[in-house]
Amino acid sequence: MAVKRIFLDPSRCIGCRSCVAACRECDTHKGETMIFIDYLNRGNTVASSPTLCMHCEEPLAPCAQVCPAQAILVSPDGVVHQADETRCVNIRNCVYVCPFGVPKFDGPGRYMRKCNLCYDRTSIGLPPMCASVCPTQAIFYGTYEEWIQSGRAQQGAKPVNVFYFGKQRVRTRNYVVMREEQDALDLMALAAEASLGNLSTTPAATADGEVEPWVEADSAGIPERMAPPQPWAPRTPAPLPAPVAPPAPAPAPEREPAPVGPEPVPVP
Amino acid sequence: MSVDKGLFNPRQTDTYDFYEGKPAPWNSEEEIERLVPTHCCYCGVQCGMYLKVAKGKVVGVEPRYDFPLNHGMLCPKGTTAYQTVNHPDRLTYPLMRRNGKNSPLERASWDEALDTIARRFREIQGQHGADAVAVYSGSSMTNEKCYLMGKFARVGLGTRHCDYNGRLCMSSATGANDRSLGIDRAANPISDMLHSDVIFVIGANVGECFPIVTSYLWQARDRGAKLIVADPRQTPIARTADVFLPLRSGTDSALLNSMLYVLITENLVDEDFIGARTNGWEETKAEALKYPPERAAKVCGLKPETIIEAARLYGQANAAMIYTARGLEHQSKGVDNGVACANLALATGNFGRPGAGYMTLTGQGNGQGGREMGQKASQLPGEREIEDPEDREYIASIWGIEEVDLPHAGYPATLMIPAMEREEIRACLMICSNPMVSLPDQHTVERALRGLDLFVVIDFFLSETCELADIVLPGNVWAEDEGTTTSLEGRVIKYNQAVEPPGEARRDWEIIGDLAKRLGKGQYFPYTSARDIFDEMRLATKGAKADYFGITYEKIEEQNGVFWPCPTPESTGTPRLYEERFGFPDGKARFHPIPYIPPAEEPDEEYPLVLTTGRVIYHYLSGNQTRRTPFLLEQAPCPWVELHTTMAQKLGINDGDWVTVRTRRGEMTVPALVVRSIRPDTLFIPYHYGHTQAANILTNPVLEPMNKIPEYKVCAASAVRAERAPDWAKDLDPELLKQARRSRKTLPSAGANVGPRVPGVPGA
Repeated sequence: MAVKRIFLDPSRCIGCRSCVAACRECDTHKGETMIFIDYLNRGNTVASSPTLCMHCEEPLAPCAQVCPAQAILVSPDGVVHQADETRCVNIRNCVYVCPFGVPKFDGPGRYMRKCNLCYDRTSIGLPPMCASVCPTQAIFYGTYEEWIQSGRAQQGAKPVNVFYFGKQRVRTRNYVVMREEQDALDLMALAAEASLGNLSTTPAATADGEVEPWVEADSAGIPERMAPPQPWAPRTPAPLPAPVAPPAPAPAPEREPAPVGPEPVPVP
Repeated sequence: MSVDKGLFNPRQTDTYDFYEGKPAPWNSEEEIERLVPTHCCYCGVQCGMYLKVAKGKVVGVEPRYDFPLNHGMLCPKGTTAYQTVNHPDRLTYPLMRRNGKNSPLERASWDEALDTIARRFREIQGQHGADAVAVYSGSSMTNEKCYLMGKFARVGLGTRHCDYNGRLCMSSATGANDRSLGIDRAANPISDMLHSDVIFVIGANVGECFPIVTSYLWQARDRGAKLIVADPRQTPIARTADVFLPLRSGTDSALLNSMLYVLITENLVDEDFIGARTNGWEETKAEALKYPPERAAKVCGLKPETIIEAARLYGQANAAMIYTARGLEHQSKGVDNGVACANLALATGNFGRPGAGYMTLTGQGNGQGGREMGQKASQLPGEREIEDPEDREYIASIWGIEEVDLPHAGYPATLMIPAMEREEIRACLMICSNPMVSLPDQHTVERALRGLDLFVVIDFFLSETCELADIVLPGNVWAEDEGTTTSLEGRVIKYNQAVEPPGEARRDWEIIGDLAKRLGKGQYFPYTSARDIFDEMRLATKGAKADYFGITYEKIEEQNGVFWPCPTPESTGTPRLYEERFGFPDGKARFHPIPYIPPAEEPDEEYPLVLTTGRVIYHYLSGNQTRRTPFLLEQAPCPWVELHTTMAQKLGINDGDWVTVRTRRGEMTVPALVVRSIRPDTLFIPYHYGHTQAANILTNPVLEPMNKIPEYKVCAASAVRAERAPDWAKDLDPELLKQARRSRKTLPSAGANVGPRVPGVPGA
């Protein structure tokens, strides 16, 4: 049977953290969240990206391999689980070895916790919580074929599950959606590029390119219906006989109640 | 998304402390007894969801994969909505002030509270006339309740003054729909987006305010649809848009006219459609030809070539959709702006086909149903006119009263406030509303509400408005009653009851029925269930524009919702409007020439910036519910001001600094979020907060002439770096805030990123 995977598509992410809220609602995670949403650079853009356990397939689960206590279980279906509370010896090897920085150490509980693909749900065929709720479907759950069938590749998107960290190659269960020309993501190269401090080459924010100064309508030469009303004075409803008292601190004069006519007024 | 949590919270460390001190307690021993199929209580999308019920309490949420609109998807508000049901802040017994306005709210029995209300209402009406009592209702509740409030005002109290908070929300859209198309409903179901070639979103922050709709947007783009976004801020959907028009707030009609100009001059209009299905094209054409892009671009603060590109893209599409929301409706010409959108769609023949239409995204949960159930100042159920003799006669017969006893049109909600100030309205019954956050010019609103002889509020939390009330009655949340709502696509769906109201809290319709009895009008309100009200409502809308007659609770369950109009028991509803005819007697849509009107307040030397307000994804309307949900509060605990790097540099403001924003109405101090995703001449503050954190201290109370919507989205403002934190900051954890500010400085965000000066700063 084809393996169901998570496909992360940062280009769809709106940073709403619905996945973060929903992750806690799963019986596997019991009120804690195993998925993270980061704003890449809020000063420059609203772009955001989800991070969750990629469930490494090759090499199989580095976190589990470095655990001297064998506290991290990889179940036969390839899901890498969080540390077994009774086995974890609190040395955080898994936290340090993970190429994606996913495992988090639970200080008070003294064991490592991370995403285990909502095992109570996925083991009985339900999608995990994050992918279920994701309002933009930036987190997609299904087989590779289902991803293709959903029509997402039509504009040149391509899922990638091979990552390079220097010479180390990691192939994961979960995919990140990139562009057609990319077969793998070289994360070390990207990190080096970023840490060389070339921030001035950060692409301009979308809003910047199109913004121009403005002028008032009459100097631009386009017609306007009426002069702007004085600030504070609510625009008196012209077609209706309704009394309008300015909501100013000054006491308004007593007026007879007058009905407000039918509204909206259809214009013949 | 408009906020990075880093503004409020320290960065995550490698210890596991994401929910400092306030995780939702988890009890995995709980046996889930049943899953109740229902819908989210928040925005107009009305996503399907299941509520998990254990031991008579709502304990969780489960995605409802089989509901055809959202397929299980939920936004963070929807995911946490269940937490309001058992919330410790729930009001569980009536409260009243026994010794005048300055005495505290004390526990009272239902009999004491309701008897007092009935007695005082009678006294006030006897002394000052029936119209001295007003009903201020809301739209975030079921159709049944909306209908009931309209009937209670007219029959129970006999007052003219009945209106609702949709006045602040959907009334511009109503005006535009009624003027141009003839039926006040979105023309297409959301799924029509998948058939569009071009999607033009103007003044709608789809990602944050209608998150689920974004998934349809992305699916349409997978198919190759082009996206045009017009918004002064780079909203999440604007980031990857094909054409982005960061126009200056309040200049939408100039942009839309200019696009129409390009369509006309480049011969992209659909003359056949215009000739066969519309009236009034020549006048509109003549008006639009006065707006060449070179001139309009100057007013909008855009490049002319971008406007031309957007217009060509829109005009060349086989099927194009326009989506609008409060961005262009919350203006003193909100109706005009909507009409200008409809003009564009009519001129290109984009109606009545899959993927072609003009749709306003309704913000409130039942914003669509609430505006057609007869709780509006000038309206009777089914979008009937209160001044139409036939409609009056029919409704009077349904209600069992004489036509002469049916009051005429009263004040819209925004004019109730001045009427309260001049003591024309002396008492008010309010439900499902929180004007102490939502109305503009808060100082005036507070004075008006404090001046009332009797102010009664029905709510399930003690909102900012309840704090001013003389009597507070505890009502129910959505999970404690059944009833229908109508989503933004016109789909009537049904909430199912999961649990009983807590403590002494009662269902809203029971409270109103009991009050009617005490006012001696019990015979008109003989309801024993929400279904009774629905059945009467169906009859009341029979033959009207918004015809619900053929809709039953069973049909809603069977079909996963029914699109009105549904005039007969056999009808399955009408998902797409205007396929053959528009809503006017001659079946033709109407063009209206729309001259540009500038915003009521333009920037000047004293107030050189434009202030705009809006929502964030984590909060819903006045925040009365979402600010009580730990997860949502943690994400956005207080308001902030978003301003551009260039402007911040000019004003000497760093990211995270306290900034005082002033307008002619008042001032407030909030932390700065310095970003490049907003126009340099524009400030943005979210409006969901109360008291001194309310953005509506600043906004302009100028009203749209036809439908009286306030101009929330544009006013002139100034910003300066504040010397010290505001008083409310003391309630925030100072250590947390300090850390947040310290850690923000290390981020490569605003401070490090100050680029070259950007044009577009007034006075620069």
